[in-house]
Order: sequence, then C-alpha cells, then structure tokens
Amino acid sequence: MPANSVSQSSPVSDPLEQLTAWVAAGKQAALATVVATWGSSPRPVGSHMAVLISGDFAGSVSGGCIEGAVVEAALEAIKAGQPKLLEYGISNEAAWEVGLACGGRVQVFVEPVL
Amino acid sequence: MKREMLNLIASARARKQACAMVTDMDSGRQAFIGGAVRQGELALGEQQMDEVRRRIDSDHSGLMEFGGFFVRVYSPPVRLVIVGAVHIAQALAPMAQLAGFDVTVIDPREAFARSGNLAGITALIEWPDDGLKQVAPDARTAVVTLTHDPKLDDPALESALRSPAFYIGALGSKKTHASRLQRLDALGFSAADTARIHGPVGLKINAATPAEIAVSIMAQIIEKLRETP
Repeated sequence: MPANSVSQSSPVSDPLEQLTAWVAAGKQAALATVVATWGSSPRPVGSHMAVLISGDFAGSVSGGCIEGAVVEAALEAIKAGQPKLLEYGISNEAAWEVGLACGGRVQVFVEPVL
Repeated sequence: MKREMLNLIASARARKQACAMVTDMDSGRQAFIGGAVRQGELALGEQQMDEVRRRIDSDHSGLMEFGGFFVRVYSPPVRLVIVGAVHIAQALAPMAQLAGFDVTVIDPREAFARSGNLAGITALIEWPDDGLKQVAPDARTAVVTLTHDPKLDDPALESALRSPAFYIGALGSKKTHASRLQRLDALGFSAADTARIHGPVGLKINAATPAEIAVSIMAQIIEKLRETP
C-alpha cells in the first residue's frame, strides 16, 4: 500500500453507530458534537463526529475546516478523561490556522466515552 | 459520556424510538430521556423535563432555555413511501436513502417490486392502500405516487390524504393531475384536502431523465421538510 493511502476502517457512515462499534470493540474513542452555531456554518446543531484513539474519525462538524483541530482536541479529551467545549470562528485567535472560511462561528463539545 | 449512555441511544435508535441526551457541558454529566426511561447522573427539574419533551416532539436539538444544558434529540429517520417500483423509483429510493430517509417502495406487481436497484430498501408487494395501511404514514412521512395508473395511484393518494403525511406528491402532467383532482373530488375530498398533493410532482428544474426527475422530487420533499411553520 502506498505511504499516502488511507484505509477506511469501516463502511459504517453514521458516526454514532461507528462510535458504538468502536466502544463495543474495547477501543478508546470520543464524540464531538456541534452545540451552537452563529452565522453561516456548514453543519447544523447536533452534528456528530466520532473520533478513535488512532485519529480515525467518522462524521463531520464543519465542511472540513476544523475537523483536524477537533480530532486533536478529542484525543486530548480521551487522554485527560475529561470533556471540553471548543469554539471556532473568525473571532478565534487561531483563525489563520483553524478558522471557518465561511465566516461563521461554531461551538463543539468533545467528550471521551468512559 | 458513559458507555451505558451511548448504548441507551443506540438501542433507542435501533427500536426507532425518539430519545434525547441532555448534557451539562461543565461537568460532562448527562441524562438520557427516551419514552418512559430516564437515566443518568444529571438531575433535571420539571420545567427542564418539559422543555426536553417539547424538543423531542419537534426534533429540535440545541442549548436549553433553562439551565443552559445541551440537548441532542435523536428522532427516527424521516420516511419516504414510494408507490410504483418504476424507473424514477430506482433513482429516487437510493437518493432518499443517502439523504437519511427510511424508504419503502410499494408495488403489487411482483416483477416491478423485485426489479433491481432497490437493494436495502423495503419493498412491499401489496396493493397501495394495503401497503400504506402497513406503513401508517405520520407527520414525518412523505408519500409519492409514481405508477401513472389511477387504479394504483388513486387508492394510495386517498390513504395519504387521510394521514398527516408532511408531503404528498403525484407524478403526472397538468392534464393528468386535473383529472385526478376531479376523481378525488368525486370521492368527497375538498379542494383544501387535494391542495396537499404536489402535482405535477417535483420542483421545476426542467428535469428530463428518471434520475433528474428524482432530484426534483427529492428537492421538493426536502423543501417541505425544512419549511419553517
């Protein structure tokens, strides 16, 4: 397999089903959920992304703008065993790195499955 | 999130029962509410429980007015009933599935119902009125008739009009639709009743092929579903 290829860990597309399957298999994982949005944002409140300890994920919380940062935060939440509320948007200081190009703002809650 | 809470959501979804998870985002404590079941470490007052129930009924996730907790509502999938396993159905059914709908195709003609491209979709080999009785459309169900044949489409439309289905659509030209409305009028349906039927079906995008017509129907169903009352 070429070094830059990615294997899809599962054909399951529903993030919650994926999370349930990961947890049932004894794996460490976290759930990220869009809890509030302001202005234009690509995914509605309630959107889920399941994150596996390996960094694999299923589902999305934006149009691909902040998924990388949310995965990082989810992995930290798994290690800490604590949930965390995150916020992204143009007002964010890190906007240059992980902002929303659409100019919206979202809050994402990440929680490890304990 | 505790593993038990995740499993409670998973089993409610498997039973197609609406439920909600309430989260205190400071502590991570949660409460699961589904039917008569209430579980978890987060205590909710009566006012908060009322709000959670209202949110479950209206499929409305978000931050609570009282207490600032986050409520995630899990509703059973929106349903689409397609009458007639015709070409358009073979495009419409998988599109609707991609959009998250639970799809049932009804056609008494066995050869049609068994014809390809309906993998993973419930096919009922029944007369439309019997089939619709089994499906029992509710306010989160769309019904579309595609057979072109009054003896199949009309009984389906009668059943759909007697249900609270949020969308009813019928394939056919303006002329076909006009004579359909006359037949339904003769059966005692009022103009207000039959105004619920979208006919000719679909948004006007000059769709020509079965797949394009399916796109226009799907777009109209979504428009109706997301309409703010």
